[in-house]
Amino acid sequence: MRPFDPRLLRHARAGRAHLGTTVGIGIAQAGLVLAQAALLATMISAAFLDDRGLAALAGPLGLLVLVVAARAGLAFATEWAAQRTSAAVKKELRQLLLHHVVRLGPRWLSGERSGELATLASRGVDALDGYFARYLPQLVLAGLIPLAVAGTLLAADQTSALVVILTVPLIPAFMVLVGVVSRRRMDRQWTTLQALAHHFLDILSGLGTLKAFGRSRAQVTMIRKLADQQRRASLSTLRLAFLSSFVLELLATLSVAMVAVGVGLRLVDGQLDLRTALLVLIVAPEAYLPLRQAAAHYHASVEGLAAAGQVFDVLEQDAAGVGQGTTDRRRSDHAGGPAADPRSALIRLDDVTVLGSDRAHPLLDRLSLEFTPGQVTGLVAPSGAGKSTVLGLLLGFVTPDSGRVLVNGHDLADLDLDAWRARVGWLPQDPVLFAGTVADNIRLRHPQVDDSTVAAIARAAAVDVPLTLELGERGYGVSAGQRRRIALARALLSDAPLLLLDEPTEGVDPETEAALLATFPRLLVGRTVVLVTHRPGLLRLCQHVVRLDHVGVAA
Amino acid sequence: MIDTKDLWWLLRAARPEVVRLLGAAVLGSAALGCAIGLVATAAWLVSRAAEQPPVLALAIACVRVFGVGRGVLRYCERLVSHDAAFRVMARTRVAVYEDLERAAPAGLGRLRGGDLLARVVSDVDAVQDLLVRSLLPVAVALITGGASVLLIGVLLPAAGVVVLIGLLVAGLVAPAAVLAAAGRADRSLAPARGALSETVVELLNGVADLTAHRATGRWLDRLDRQDRELTALAQRAATGTGIAAAVSTAALGLTMLGELLVGIPAVQSGRISGVVLAVLVLTPLAAFELTAPLPLAAQHLSRGMRAVGRLRALADLPRPATPGGHLPVPFGSLSLEVRGLTARWPGAAAPALHDLDLTLTPGRRIAVVGESGAGKSTLVTALLGFLAPESGQIRLVGSGGFGVDLADLEDGARRQAIAACTQDAHLFDSTIRHNLLLARPDATESELAEALQKARMWRWVGRLPSRLDTPVGERGVRLSGGERQRLALARALLADPAVLLLDEPTAHVDEATADALMRDLLVATQGRTTLLVTHRLAGLGVVDEIIVLAGGRVIQRGAPTELIHTDGPYRRMWLRSAAKDNVRADAPTMQISSALLTRHSPLATPEL
Repeated sequence: MRPFDPRLLRHARAGRAHLGTTVGIGIAQAGLVLAQAALLATMISAAFLDDRGLAALAGPLGLLVLVVAARAGLAFATEWAAQRTSAAVKKELRQLLLHHVVRLGPRWLSGERSGELATLASRGVDALDGYFARYLPQLVLAGLIPLAVAGTLLAADQTSALVVILTVPLIPAFMVLVGVVSRRRMDRQWTTLQALAHHFLDILSGLGTLKAFGRSRAQVTMIRKLADQQRRASLSTLRLAFLSSFVLELLATLSVAMVAVGVGLRLVDGQLDLRTALLVLIVAPEAYLPLRQAAAHYHASVEGLAAAGQVFDVLEQDAAGVGQGTTDRRRSDHAGGPAADPRSALIRLDDVTVLGSDRAHPLLDRLSLEFTPGQVTGLVAPSGAGKSTVLGLLLGFVTPDSGRVLVNGHDLADLDLDAWRARVGWLPQDPVLFAGTVADNIRLRHPQVDDSTVAAIARAAAVDVPLTLELGERGYGVSAGQRRRIALARALLSDAPLLLLDEPTEGVDPETEAALLATFPRLLVGRTVVLVTHRPGLLRLCQHVVRLDHVGVAA
Repeated sequence: MIDTKDLWWLLRAARPEVVRLLGAAVLGSAALGCAIGLVATAAWLVSRAAEQPPVLALAIACVRVFGVGRGVLRYCERLVSHDAAFRVMARTRVAVYEDLERAAPAGLGRLRGGDLLARVVSDVDAVQDLLVRSLLPVAVALITGGASVLLIGVLLPAAGVVVLIGLLVAGLVAPAAVLAAAGRADRSLAPARGALSETVVELLNGVADLTAHRATGRWLDRLDRQDRELTALAQRAATGTGIAAAVSTAALGLTMLGELLVGIPAVQSGRISGVVLAVLVLTPLAAFELTAPLPLAAQHLSRGMRAVGRLRALADLPRPATPGGHLPVPFGSLSLEVRGLTARWPGAAAPALHDLDLTLTPGRRIAVVGESGAGKSTLVTALLGFLAPESGQIRLVGSGGFGVDLADLEDGARRQAIAACTQDAHLFDSTIRHNLLLARPDATESELAEALQKARMWRWVGRLPSRLDTPVGERGVRLSGGERQRLALARALLADPAVLLLDEPTAHVDEATADALMRDLLVATQGRTTLLVTHRLAGLGVVDEIIVLAGGRVIQRGAPTELIHTDGPYRRMWLRSAAKDNVRADAPTMQISSALLTRHSPLATPEL
């Protein structure tokens, strides 16, 4: 793990400004550290050797008060700026990530990825606190203060300067060396540890089952054994992990001891005066302090950097080949082709092949289909035959791996997709509702639509829950069947000329289905409709029926 | 702030490792002592050297020893303390497991959810942090702080007082400020963070719907607003941590200033020699290091003690299970007799099951049906001995007519007599084989095969590359819903109990799978003493008796044919479900009449 990811500055503007501030504060800190050391050395030496009293030293004492106050102020500023920056950077990264993900589109964001990304956008990004608020300021100081100390020592006592100049670079070198040697072993141990912790959770989750088969008592020995294994595995990892801090502390204290002894001996020989000796003694440990602090916060920073790395990996995902982004680019190239009115437009899949996510077997294999304007086309297929893919193609969520989707002869990929979607109503197989009232969910696309219109469309879609019902997160609070009908109302409300309906009567009791069947002809008239279903009642509404057999071949 | 009971719990848990923990504290103090000693002796050495004395060998040796000692001692301290903490954690895990095991499954209540169990696991980990990162630094700080004050106090009492005050300010005020800031931030930030992550989840989950309805912009705007709010709150919280940092820095600086203020007059009046002045002023530079880990220690302390409180509470979970007795299983083929069974869940206001009678003779099958909440799962839980009856009896009767109450059965014998495939049957993150062997560790290969065969899973397993050694994934995630249920069924069949309980075996699977599963299940249990609990009525015609439960009471019972032909609750349930089935049943066999077939023939793709 690198201590610093340059992408962090490229992407997070707040981070850039912060690095400047931190360096500024660091330089001031270094100056104050030296000033404090000089004042202390002067005063001790004057009081000891020249027998000066408090009154005679009032000047330096006053200065020391100022230096202490300034150091406290800078400590506050460092912490405050770091926390604020960390908050700002987190916001910036989160926004970048989510905007980009939305641009990458639904197909890229399928399945488990959305869960992972949700964690990344919340807890993952939060881990940057450890990096910005703790590690980075110390890293900057670790770069500045040793330089300042070395400069001072060179002017005061070259021998001591030599000790510090030789040992300070040794510390990061040794730490990197220990890190490289132990990295692989630590990774492996880490995996073991994770597995053992997971195992404990697995046992706890299955307690009921273990008990039902009378095996739960026997697990106590197992748990003891696992915990013991975990202890031994951890300790052998830690023996290595602690080595790096051992090297650090040993070098830091040993070199201070060497400096002290050397200074003492030269003092006896009369080569040095007490003031200089004290200055060296006070200043030398300061060279190691920020390094030790940075090392202490290193682990907190790793997690944050890893999360940031994941964010950047997503941001660098080229939208090309994902579907949506390609069209975004082409749209700008073509200055946005006008979206055809689907009511009159002939929509055609022309020899379309879509490959599955493994890029090996096709979801659709050279499929050609035509949807006649103003008519209802039924799509019948066993599950997994690519019905949803066909709807995804028509929505522009899916781009063909070969072949084209044509609207009045224009490739859909060349059209302004957003404008095109304004004309497409969609009831997905697994519709998602959002927190808010049922009415809000129905007017998702047109928030300004009035209540009476919403009520009318809800009635037509056989929504039988109050429109003012407040739904919980992710539409919690209604059954799957009701969710479907609310989503149906949402699709119908748009008054879109092209309607894509995936099993609109799934999970509906017979009476409601009959009611829906009665209203459908009126609702669908004049629109181009693609109706995915296997219900005879709905198929009777279709002017055309297309059967897809496996792997999206029209039969 | 800290509950003394929690503290006792922690001390009891840590007692067996007390030698190691004390050793770690001593090593840690010695390590820090070396750092302080290094600065103090070095200051003395330099000052004394200014007087150009003939020998300084002792001081030089001390400086060198302190220089080496710190790193070595610190390394040892960290190993010893972590070893002790891991040992305490191992004990805690066992203790936690035992608490949960006694309560499981009926007494676990809300803990049954995966998130809460995961929290138990991380709470156990927090105990480790509590020891290593909180209690140990505090102990080290007390020891070394005391020693430093003593050392300086011996040289000049007033100087000792100054250091004491300085250390107290840095060691108490700064951690308190951090803790207060963290607490305030948690209170105000947590809701804001929750709202934000809710929007994130909605956006990511519903991105297809939102994109299609062109509403992503509104969600991103909301996100931006919430993020701005969160950022503002977080930035306000920065003041608290900033103050803590300033207090620590100022405390050290002012302590050194104070040492000069008391030390210089003392030198002038001759109370101390000038050599000591440097020791007084410079020692705090190292001594204040002991306060550095304290703010973090305070945070770990408050977090860790909350975890301890939750772990301690596990011991008070209800233990509703029937305690085990000492009797063996009666001889011969067993019948299950339930008389007047009333059962209540821990903490519930009313019993979930009232006065139920049931007789299951060898080879017979009884189905218990009813809506959810009718008391079906309560019955299964009671029959497994996980929920002791409030009144009534559950007896196993042998062929000689000799019966034993479930409560008097020895625990192992109870499992031999009654085994279940419950709706929440857990599949462990291991292989198919290991999951099966759980039911009977000594089962042979052919017995495994037979159980899988009965569950109609053998052929599927045979097609897998690693067969029985195929891993099933966490909670069986690599299997489909139907496969998971079949594996659980095979496991119950392998246990080969005298009485088999099947609790909603078709839960969590889709309709078509449920139909197939139910069919296979009824074949597999033919001739086996079985109690089948289900809300699906399809195919139940083959069982010997059906019991209809509602609100925890039996509202109807009898043979399937009899119930279907009597106007009553069962017939009404059956008609309702049959109507739904008809709508569905015609789907696979649907015919599209030629009149509906495409007038416009879609372009068929020639297959290559």
